[in-house]
Amino acid sequence: MTNVKVNSVAKTYGSVPVLRDITTEFPEGSFTSLLGPSGSGKTTLLRIVAGFIKPDEGIVMIGNSDVTEVPVWGRNIGMMFQSYALFPHMTVEQNVAFGLERRGIKGVEAKKQANQALEMVHLPDFGKRYPKQLSGGQQQRVALARAMVIKPSVLLLDEPLSALDRRLRQEMQVELLRIQRESGLTTIFVTHDQEEALTLSDKIAILDKGRIVQIGEPGEVYEKPLTRFAAEFLGDSNFLKGKVEGGAVRLADGTVVRASGALPADGADVTLAVRPEKMSVVSSLEEASNSIRARITTVIYAGQALSYLLVTPGGLQLKLFAQNKDGRVLSEGEVVTLAWSPEHTIAVAE
Amino acid sequence: MPSDLTTNTAVRGPSGPRTGWTPPQWVATTALLMPTYAWLTLAVLLPLLTMFCFSFLSATPMGKAPIVFTLKQYRAFIDQPYLLNIGWTSLVIGFWTTLLCAVFGFLAAVALSRATFGRMRETLLILILLPFWTNGLVRVFSWTMVLRENGFLDNLLHLVAPDAGSISFLYTRYAVVLGLVHGYLPYMILTCYIALITIDDAIIEAAVSLGARWWTVLFKILVPMAAPGLISGCVLIFVPVIGSFMEPRILGGKVGVTMGTVIEDQFTQAFNWPLGAALSFTLLAVVLAIFATFSGVLKRGAAA
Repeated sequence: MTNVKVNSVAKTYGSVPVLRDITTEFPEGSFTSLLGPSGSGKTTLLRIVAGFIKPDEGIVMIGNSDVTEVPVWGRNIGMMFQSYALFPHMTVEQNVAFGLERRGIKGVEAKKQANQALEMVHLPDFGKRYPKQLSGGQQQRVALARAMVIKPSVLLLDEPLSALDRRLRQEMQVELLRIQRESGLTTIFVTHDQEEALTLSDKIAILDKGRIVQIGEPGEVYEKPLTRFAAEFLGDSNFLKGKVEGGAVRLADGTVVRASGALPADGADVTLAVRPEKMSVVSSLEEASNSIRARITTVIYAGQALSYLLVTPGGLQLKLFAQNKDGRVLSEGEVVTLAWSPEHTIAVAE
Repeated sequence: MPSDLTTNTAVRGPSGPRTGWTPPQWVATTALLMPTYAWLTLAVLLPLLTMFCFSFLSATPMGKAPIVFTLKQYRAFIDQPYLLNIGWTSLVIGFWTTLLCAVFGFLAAVALSRATFGRMRETLLILILLPFWTNGLVRVFSWTMVLRENGFLDNLLHLVAPDAGSISFLYTRYAVVLGLVHGYLPYMILTCYIALITIDDAIIEAAVSLGARWWTVLFKILVPMAAPGLISGCVLIFVPVIGSFMEPRILGGKVGVTMGTVIEDQFTQAFNWPLGAALSFTLLAVVLAIFATFSGVLKRGAAA
């Protein structure tokens, strides 16, 4: 078990910078998600750690050794791919034993270890089958067994669950998490699915345009986004623009909103982010809360949850998420008072 | 609560495309296959059948000699044992040509399928297909220019080592194989290339991530996965090569006597069509026997 460090890693394709000066650490035994839109550089970062791409600058450390110049086959990594990438001409057992054979483990011993790995992923009797005889979920389990059986230093997952349907994906998330916890393997997981990142990770790194804009525990990144991009990409946010005035923020329509954390100096422009589920409809104003009046323009009924789109008299667009708890569904055109706590009002960088 | 009924779809009358009479599947299949089979029957099967009948005749049915049905043409290998040697030569040439094509062709196809830089792949493909656009005879004759004594090859050698002797190997079996490999290599490259480009990059990356070096990737992943292409390439080359007569004649000279040239002689020089036909069908039988022997291996390879 080892940690992974990348130091000042940069990569440019032609004249397009894909990664710019990335320095971060993936602690021993942690499960870190690299989350970002396509083109954010998350896959490039994973492939640099794997060794498929050589960084233009910077170094990659696995444990205490600098592996920047070490080829992929010498890095002892376990890797999973979106397309499963099983060897179609080999049986499941041969697939799992492939990495063992490369390490000089052959014959009965390889067979034994391969079957242990298959038991770990709950496919004990599938050794003699061929990949095409397996369902997508089963194939991905085999891929996991194949990656784990070689006792890798680090597990690298390149959107491994994206090709599975929703139910299967949730099942595999649980499985993946169990196996990762049991093995204590440092894991780096590339995904564009924010829900997956929140459920699985100890740490989430949000990437945008080749930079890590924020890295931290899921709760921290979600509750305290540092930038507008982070607040928007992970979850949903309402953005309120205004000027700092006496420790609070005055919006364009005159509403004064209080925020948590440090604000810039008086007179400075600032953007506040508020999660739509932190807002609620109230009948009377409470002194401690921020509040604003708005008219409901759209009602989206999604069974367990309700979401509303609203607009304030000043023309500000807002979103509100509510649990479908008391059976009361607001209707379009209603004018309501929204209230939220200053604690959930975060100043973010544009 | 406002009524949502208005947004519900109203009851509509029957709509959608009219379903007329659809012919059963076999009609379509037959209709699609008819042109091909009609053409094959006309252009391949009929002449082949004629030749098959000829092979049982005592003489070409064009002169004044009396024609009788006989099996003696098929006894040629027993009556003229030197034909066995010639047949063996053809098989050896076929074997080496196919083997060399398989090795070079597969490696070239790997390079081609891995070339991702810009328009590299298209350029390489055109370079491989370029020889196809020139006349075969011209290609073979151009090799004589290269291989003959004081030819291009010798000149090149003498640039480096002026005192060296000639390394000309024109009119040897090596020259024949060289010419045949040159002529048939594109078939192998293309069949292997088509098989190789269907292999997902992630499969190769998975193998490398598990610790595989390039030779493991080549022999444990690429060769078995592209086996169908490799095998069809071998069949595509072996069959015409053992019946070839142009390359052996031009590049082999005196040693270039193969089944192909012998058969050609029967048709063009000796005017003994029945013997030529009988030799052709014997050759066909040998080829089929070889494929039958190896079909088990081929099937296992193709199953991957």
